[in-house]
Amino acid sequence: MAVIFVLISILTLVSGFIVVTNRNLFHAALAMMASFLGVAGLYVLLAMGFMAAAQLLVYIGAISILVMFAIMMTRRMMQTRETPFNSQWRWGLVTSLFVFGLFAYVILRVWPLTDRSIVEASDASLAGIVVQMGQDLVARDLYAIPFELASVLLLAALIGAIVIALPEKR
Amino acid sequence: MAAIPLSWYLLVAAALFCIGLYGVLSRRNAVAILMSVELMLNAVNINLLAFWRYNWPDGTAGPVWAIFVLTVAAAEAAVGLALVISVYRNRDSVVAEDLDLLRN
Amino acid sequence: MSEQTLATLTWLVPVGPLLTFFIIVLFTNRNRTLSWLLSWAAIGVSLVFSWIIAFNLMAMDVHDLAHHPTAIHSAIAWLPFGEFTNWLRMGVAVDPLTAVMLIMVPFATTAIFIYSVGYHNYGKPRGTHLGEPNHGKEEPLISRFFAFMSLFGGAMLTLVVADNLLLLFMAWEVMGLCSYLLIGFWHARTYGPDPKNPQKLAPRFAAVKAFMTTRVGDVIMLLGIVGFYRLFGTLNFSEAFSVEALAHVVETGGGVWLGLLALLLFAGTVGKSAQWPLHVWLPNAMEGPTPVSAIIHAAAMVSAGVYLIVRLFPLITVGMEAAPAVSLIIGLIGAFTALMAATIAIAQDDVKGVLAYSTISQLGYMVAAIGIGAYVAAAFHLITHGFFKALLFLGSGSIIHGMEHGAEHVHDHHTDPQDMMNMGGLRRKMPVTFATFVIGGFALAGFPLITAGFWSKDEILAEAWFVGTHGNALGMVVFWMLVAAAILTAFYTARQIALTFLGKPRTPLAEHAHESNRYMLLPLIALSFFAITAGWAGIPEKFPVLGPLVNNNFFHHFVGATVEEALHELEVLEIIGHGLELPTFSWVPLIGSVIAAVGGLFLGWWVYGRRPLGSEDADPLIAPLGPVHHFLRNKWYWDELYQRLFVGPTVYLSETVVYELLDRGVIDGTLHFVARTTFALGGYVKRFEERVISGGVDAVKDLVLSFAEGGRSLQTGKIQEYVLVSMLIAGTLTALIVILNMV
Repeated sequence: MAVIFVLISILTLVSGFIVVTNRNLFHAALAMMASFLGVAGLYVLLAMGFMAAAQLLVYIGAISILVMFAIMMTRRMMQTRETPFNSQWRWGLVTSLFVFGLFAYVILRVWPLTDRSIVEASDASLAGIVVQMGQDLVARDLYAIPFELASVLLLAALIGAIVIALPEKR
Repeated sequence: MAAIPLSWYLLVAAALFCIGLYGVLSRRNAVAILMSVELMLNAVNINLLAFWRYNWPDGTAGPVWAIFVLTVAAAEAAVGLALVISVYRNRDSVVAEDLDLLRN
Repeated sequence: MSEQTLATLTWLVPVGPLLTFFIIVLFTNRNRTLSWLLSWAAIGVSLVFSWIIAFNLMAMDVHDLAHHPTAIHSAIAWLPFGEFTNWLRMGVAVDPLTAVMLIMVPFATTAIFIYSVGYHNYGKPRGTHLGEPNHGKEEPLISRFFAFMSLFGGAMLTLVVADNLLLLFMAWEVMGLCSYLLIGFWHARTYGPDPKNPQKLAPRFAAVKAFMTTRVGDVIMLLGIVGFYRLFGTLNFSEAFSVEALAHVVETGGGVWLGLLALLLFAGTVGKSAQWPLHVWLPNAMEGPTPVSAIIHAAAMVSAGVYLIVRLFPLITVGMEAAPAVSLIIGLIGAFTALMAATIAIAQDDVKGVLAYSTISQLGYMVAAIGIGAYVAAAFHLITHGFFKALLFLGSGSIIHGMEHGAEHVHDHHTDPQDMMNMGGLRRKMPVTFATFVIGGFALAGFPLITAGFWSKDEILAEAWFVGTHGNALGMVVFWMLVAAAILTAFYTARQIALTFLGKPRTPLAEHAHESNRYMLLPLIALSFFAITAGWAGIPEKFPVLGPLVNNNFFHHFVGATVEEALHELEVLEIIGHGLELPTFSWVPLIGSVIAAVGGLFLGWWVYGRRPLGSEDADPLIAPLGPVHHFLRNKWYWDELYQRLFVGPTVYLSETVVYELLDRGVIDGTLHFVARTTFALGGYVKRFEERVISGGVDAVKDLVLSFAEGGRSLQTGKIQEYVLVSMLIAGTLTALIVILNMV
C-alpha cells in the first residue's frame, strides 16, 4: 500500500512541477491531466471511489479540455522562446518554499493529529456514504442552502462565461 | 490501510499546494496561472478527504465539501478562461504582467 | 399569532426589498413605472409584516418579555461543517428593541419611497441628462435609483432583525456600498471652485469620501468582531449577552478586554453615525438626491450606528465597569460631537447643510446617552429622531424642489436653490411644506410637551442629571454640554425656519416657488403625525400633571425589558454597579430643557424672524461673532486639518520617500537621487506656499488628487505582486503564531 501511495504521489508532484515550469503550454496542460489522475488515485486510496470518478469526469474530462481549448484559441502564446517566468519568480520561489516549510513544520511537529490513529469506519458506512451524501445534500437542516447556492453559482458562471467571451458587437 | 499515516497525505497536499502557489506567483501566461490555481484547489480537496477519512469517516462533511470545491473550481475555470479569451481578443496578450490597467 | 408564524414573517421582512433590487437590475430596468411600483409594493409588504410583528410583541406581557426578551428567534446553520455545524449559525431575532426599530425604519423608508417618485418628477417629460439633476423633468435613471434604494432598505431591515454580529456586519457593509452608489447618483455633476464654500465636493468625490471615511471605522469594527468571537465563542447576541456568558468572561479576567472590545466596536459607530473625529463625510453626503439624504440620515445608515451600540449595551456596561475610560470616551465623544456640530449648524447657509450638522449633533446626544448608561433614553431618541429628521429632510427637499421650479420659471440657473439666503417668504407659496417643516423643526428643537423631540431629549437630560447628581462627574459634564447644544439646536432651527419661510422672497426664485406635488406632501403629513405623537409613548410617570394622567411610561418598560433582567442579575452578581434605573424626577433638567428649547427658539426668532432679512442683508450673526463666525462657517476647519495631518504627509511620503528613495534611488544611483529629492522637496515647499497663499480654492482639486496619490506607489496594478505580498504577510503571521505557541 505504501509503495502504491509513494508512486502515485510522485506522479502527482512531478507532473505538477512540469505544469508550472514547462515552457510549452500544451505540454503543461497534458502534465496537468496526469497530475489530476494522480490525485484521483489518492482518492481511491482514501476509499472514496466516488470522488475519484468525479475527479476524472470534472477535472480531466471537462476542465482540462477547457484549458486546452483556451490554449489553442490563444495559440500565439503557446510556445515562446522567452522565459515562461515573470520578473518576480525568485521571490515566488522563496515564498512558496517558505510556505511549504511552514506547512511541513505544522503537520509534523505542531499538529497533534499526527499521532491519532485512523478511526476505523465500518464497511457498511463506507459503502453507504454516497447514498448518505445524496441525502445530506438536499436535507433542509444540512446542505440544502449551500447546494442551491452552488447551483445558482454554476448557472451564473455559465452565463457569465458566455457573455464575457462573446465577441463584441460593433 | 493503516499503513499510511495521515501526515503523508497532508505533506503531499502541502507540496502540491506550494507547487501551485509557485506557478501562480511566477508564471507569465494567464492560462498557466489558472492551471496552477487548479492544482492548489486539488491540494485542498486531498486535505479535505484525508481528514475526513482519518477522523470523521461516519459523517459526510468531507466529501460534500470536496464536491463544493469541485463546483467552485469548475465555475472558476469557466469564467477565468472566458476572461483570458476576452482579454486576448482585446489586448492581444495573455501575459498577466501586462494587465496593469489598475496601475496608479 | 403563533411564534412560528411570526418567525416566518420576520424572515420575510427584508426579503422583499432585497429581491426587488435583483428583479429591477435583471429584468424591469427598462420599464421605469414597473420598477418603482415594484419597490413600493416590496417596501409596503415589509412595512405590514414589520408592524404585525411589532404590535404582536407590544401586546405581550412586559414581565414575560423581561424574563425572555428574545420573543421571536429562528436561525439556520447555513454552512454546516460536520461536527462544527453551529459555527456559522445565523438567523433573525426580535426583542423589544428590534420591535420599536421595526415600527420606525420601514415606515420612514416607505415614506421616503413614496416621496421619491414625486421628487424625481414622475409623469413629466423625461429628462435627457444622465447622471445630473433634471430640473422639472423626469429623472431618466429612476429604475436605477429605486433599485439602489430597495437594496438599501432591505439591508437596513436585515440589520435590524439580525440575531448575530456577522449578519449585522454584512448588512452594514451592503449599506456602505449603497450609500456610495446613492451619494454619487448624480455622477456626471461637476462644480467650479466655489470661494463661498471651499469644502464643497462633486457627488462622485463625496461618495468616495463617505465610503473611505466609514471604512476606517469598519476595519476597526471588524477587529472588534474577531475579538467578540474570541471572548464569547459565538457571535449571537442573546447567547453572548446571557448572564452566564458575561459572568464567565469577567471571571476569566476578560473584563478589561470587554472594555477594549466595546471601544473597537464603537469605532464602527463613530464611522457610520458620523461622530467626531470621523464626522467629515456626512456634510458632503448631502450631494446625493434629497430622498437619499433622508434615508441615510434618518431611517437607515446613521441609525444603524447608534442601533449597534444600543444593541451591544450589556457588553458596553460590563466593559465600562471594568474600564471606566470606556464610559468617559463614549460619553465625551458623544457630547462633544453634539455641541460642536450644533455650533457649526448655526453658521451654515445650505438648507441641507444645517440639517446635516443637526443630524451629527442629535446622534451625539444618543452616543452620549449610551456613555452615561442611559439605555432607554438613547433608543427613544433614536426612534423619535428617525421620524422628525426624515420629515425635515423631506421637507427641505420639497423646499429645494419648489425653488428649482422657480428657477425654471425665471430661467435663472446661477442662483443656488439650496442657499437659504436666496429664500424667504415661502410660507405663502408652500403652506403644507411650511406647516410640516415647523412641526419637524419644533420636534428637533424639543418644543415642550407636544413634540416627540421634547420627551426623548428630556429623558436623556434627566438621565444625565440623575447620573451626575449620584456621584458621577461625567454625567454633569455631559448634562451641561447637552443643554448648551439644545439651546443652539433651538436657535438654528428658528433661524432656518425664519430664513426660509418668513419675511418676503429675497430672489425671483423664491418669488416663483411652487408647492410640491401630492407624492411629496403625503409622506410629509404622515411623518409629521409621528413627529408629534411618537414622544407620548414615553412620558415619565413622575412627570408633573401629565405623568399621573397617562400613568404608563410604555416605552421605558417595553424597551427596558430587553436588558432589564440580565442587568439586574449582573448587579446581584456584583459584576456591574447598578442595573437599569428609572431616574427620579428632578425639576432641574426639565426646566433646563424647557428653557433651552423655548429660549433658543425665541432667540432665533428675535434675531432672524422679528425683522426678516432683506435681499441684500448679511447674516446678522456675522457682526457680533466676527472671526468666530468664520470659524464656524468653515466647520472648525476639520477638513483642512485632516488634509494637513493625514492626506498631505501621505502624499509627501509616497512621492518623495517611497517613490524617490526606493524606485529612483536604487535604479538611478545616488547622485540622481539627491538631485531629485531636492527638486521634489523644493516642489513641495513651493506647493505648500501656494496652498497657504491661494487659500482653499485648490482644496477641492488637492483633496481629489491626494486620494488618488495616497496609495499610488503601492498600487502597481500587477495581480501577482499583490498575491506575493499577501502570501508573505499571511505566512509571516502564521509563523509568528506558531513560534508564540511554542514559547
